[in-house]
Amino acid sequence: MSDTLFIILSVLTVATALLVVLNKNAVNAAMFLLLSLVGLAGLFVLLDAPLLAFVLILVYAGAVVALFLFIIMLLDTTPGRFPAFKPMTIAASVLGAALLALGILSLSERAVLPLPPKAVAVPTMKNYAEQLFTTYLLPVQVVGFMLLIAMLGVIVLSKKYTPEETK
Amino acid sequence: MIPLLAAAPAYGLPSYLFVSALLFAIGFFGVLLRKNTLVIYMCLELMLLASTLALVAFSKFNGTLDGNVFVFFILTIAAAEVAVGLAIIVALFRKRHTIQVEELNQLKH
Repeated sequence: MSDTLFIILSVLTVATALLVVLNKNAVNAAMFLLLSLVGLAGLFVLLDAPLLAFVLILVYAGAVVALFLFIIMLLDTTPGRFPAFKPMTIAASVLGAALLALGILSLSERAVLPLPPKAVAVPTMKNYAEQLFTTYLLPVQVVGFMLLIAMLGVIVLSKKYTPEETK
Repeated sequence: MIPLLAAAPAYGLPSYLFVSALLFAIGFFGVLLRKNTLVIYMCLELMLLASTLALVAFSKFNGTLDGNVFVFFILTIAAAEVAVGLAIIVALFRKRHTIQVEELNQLKH
């Protein structure tokens, strides 16, 4: 059952990610990004991390993709422009894909991966809270401070300066 | 059928890493090939998501929680990054009236 689910979800994730790159229209690309996120959240559930899947949907689908759509509509860019690739670009892409295939091949043939432990408890909210507020207390504080700085940065960046003000 | 997937009937760590690598590569080529700044940004997000998938898979198959906690931080950073990046794109559009990267070459001249 979980094997079938893995196949379905990974195919969904990868195929929609491919469509994000290949789509001419930015709005459609954002929609396919949303679908890819749903597939990824399913993979997270398969990996015993339902809380992370929930946070992923909440933050990405709820905030990030909505923000993308908002900006796309705000900027009103002309869709459908997809210039042809240069030969150099195609050559570089083929080389990159070949290197990736080589890497995956060596991973599946040669890699010595640790054996999975016998019985692992499914991480619960309590486990996360314990980790976040004991071991990772300082990073949590730093990330909170960074969010504040990001908020200030966005306000400064999107403020409209009039010529008299800047002089 | 992909040999990697056929060889491992109970899909373990290599299969998840395979999907993660594929997702990362798609995002990477998107960043290289696309000219629309917004789409480039979406591809950057795809690369970040691929790394989170690898972290969660490592965490699960090693029986620890550290990778999962790290993904929390990555999601937070990604949200902040998107907000700042889109603000920069809007400011750029206001000044130059384009978001195509081949037209944003003012630093060259």
